[in-house]
Amino acid sequence: MIPLSSYLVLSAVLFFIGVVGVLMRRSIIVVLLSIELMLNAVNINFVAFSHYLESITGQVFVFFTLTVAAAEVAVGLALLIAIYRNRRTVNVEELDVMKW
Amino acid sequence: MNMSIPMESVIALLPEMIVATFGCLVLLFDLVLPRGRKSPLAWFSLAGVALAAYATWRLSSQTISVFADTFQVDPYSNFFKLVFYVIVVLTVLMSRAYMQQDRIHIGEFYHFVLLVLLGMMVMVSATDLMTVYMGLELVSICLYVMAALKRYDSRSTEAGLKYFILGSFSSAVLLYGMSLVYGVTGTTNLAAIGAFLSQGETNSAATVGLILMVVGLAFKVAAAPFHMWAPDVYEGSPTPITAFMSVGPKAAAFAVTLRVLLEAFGGMKSDWEAILIVLAVLTMAVGAVLALVQTSIKRMLAYSSVGHAGYALIGVVVGDSLGTFAVMYYLAVYAVMNLGAFGVLIMLRSAGLKGEELDDYKGLSRTHPWAALFMLIFMFSLAGIPPTAGFIAKLYIFMSAVNAGHIYLAVAGALLAAVSAFYYIRVIVMMYMKEPEAQQELTLTTGLKVALVFSMLFVLILGVYPEPLANYAQLSILQF
Repeated sequence: MIPLSSYLVLSAVLFFIGVVGVLMRRSIIVVLLSIELMLNAVNINFVAFSHYLESITGQVFVFFTLTVAAAEVAVGLALLIAIYRNRRTVNVEELDVMKW
Repeated sequence: MNMSIPMESVIALLPEMIVATFGCLVLLFDLVLPRGRKSPLAWFSLAGVALAAYATWRLSSQTISVFADTFQVDPYSNFFKLVFYVIVVLTVLMSRAYMQQDRIHIGEFYHFVLLVLLGMMVMVSATDLMTVYMGLELVSICLYVMAALKRYDSRSTEAGLKYFILGSFSSAVLLYGMSLVYGVTGTTNLAAIGAFLSQGETNSAATVGLILMVVGLAFKVAAAPFHMWAPDVYEGSPTPITAFMSVGPKAAAFAVTLRVLLEAFGGMKSDWEAILIVLAVLTMAVGAVLALVQTSIKRMLAYSSVGHAGYALIGVVVGDSLGTFAVMYYLAVYAVMNLGAFGVLIMLRSAGLKGEELDDYKGLSRTHPWAALFMLIFMFSLAGIPPTAGFIAKLYIFMSAVNAGHIYLAVAGALLAAVSAFYYIRVIVMMYMKEPEAQQELTLTTGLKVALVFSMLFVLILGVYPEPLANYAQLSILQF
């Protein structure tokens, strides 16, 4: 049986990779992917806790998170297209009409 | 298995269901109405809000907990819901001319305003981390779109995308904190978490979860050092939307913060109190100092909004019944006076002029004395100068801090309020002591006039006679 701590370490590592990706990468698409990585790290946490606590709540929460993440990505990609039409770029650093 | 929904849940959820229905119907009617004749949509949205307000008013004195204790109608949530209705009505009234001038699809605007209203209502009624998250995300996702509603304009889309990146980043941080709290306590119900945490030994995982949740919520209320998104988003978004999101979602986020911290983490007050004291002082300082150097009045009001979040945070730090009351009163007053100030900005937006630069206000008292007078009153109120409602609101906050022994917080708040009075008064100097540079046209609609007069009367009457709102807020504070 795999101990709970393994899952928590995995999720913490994934979450950290996601944070670094959002802060460091320049392409908005990679930033979007990194945010997804963070959300999925959270999902691993919830499912692992749900299994070891023998409580169903965590798994229900994951369904909500997944649904919201799908909506979020849809809006994010729509914004990406709107930006690309106006600017012909998807580079975060070139979004500087206003002081960042 | 019996899957029918009991009548009690339907009644408790009636205001939310009305808002959701009207929000979706607006989008349908928008397709039917011909281009340029969209004004029935405004009336339709207002009717929906009025119906929901009636339903909320009928429920106002009860406490009903439904859907496995994830959603609760209580006086606290109803107070905030009524504030949200006022905010939405004022926003809808003042936005039409601006939206037409800037060729923004107005049907979608009403749709999103109503959906954000629904999200805020879910947020303030949420008594479970799951409903907190759902409400928060409904508000945030709609606001990302609203910020970018002027989709051919690169500033507006840039605002939307920046808001999206930092907003979903902060949601993920908040969610990670929630997952840790769930892991420690085995439940997502706020009261059950509170019961678990108050009975025993301190747990480092719970503390980490708490800190991550506080960081996520601090992003949502734009508290320094997590305020970086606010100035850009507020500057780039269309002005009526800036007005709306600087008051409504902020108030909702504060309502959630109060409920989560007091109900679930009341037993760990010593942990979050220290963090929030630092956040409050930093937020007030950033709001006061950075607003001084702005040349755009929209960006200045964005920093002012950051500063006001700092004052409200003092009340959260205090956290007792007086503190809760002070926060509720402050948020209600701030909402109306800030909407009023943005209403004057919207009024100055005409074909030739954007009304967003400080220089646009030079000599306004000569060309348009009434507009200048309105702006003067709202600036006085935002600065906290008597006899305005803004002064009373700040007074309650400082009183609650002194009462709880946080005298240094009250002193810091008062000093920084004096600093921030400087940039509000700079606007007044521009209007009253400079020569006008060009003849400006005002854009006046009946709705805008009604909204401005209401806001001004609200600010002035509550400035000398605060009892009605204060009594109502006092009756509605969180009960444990």
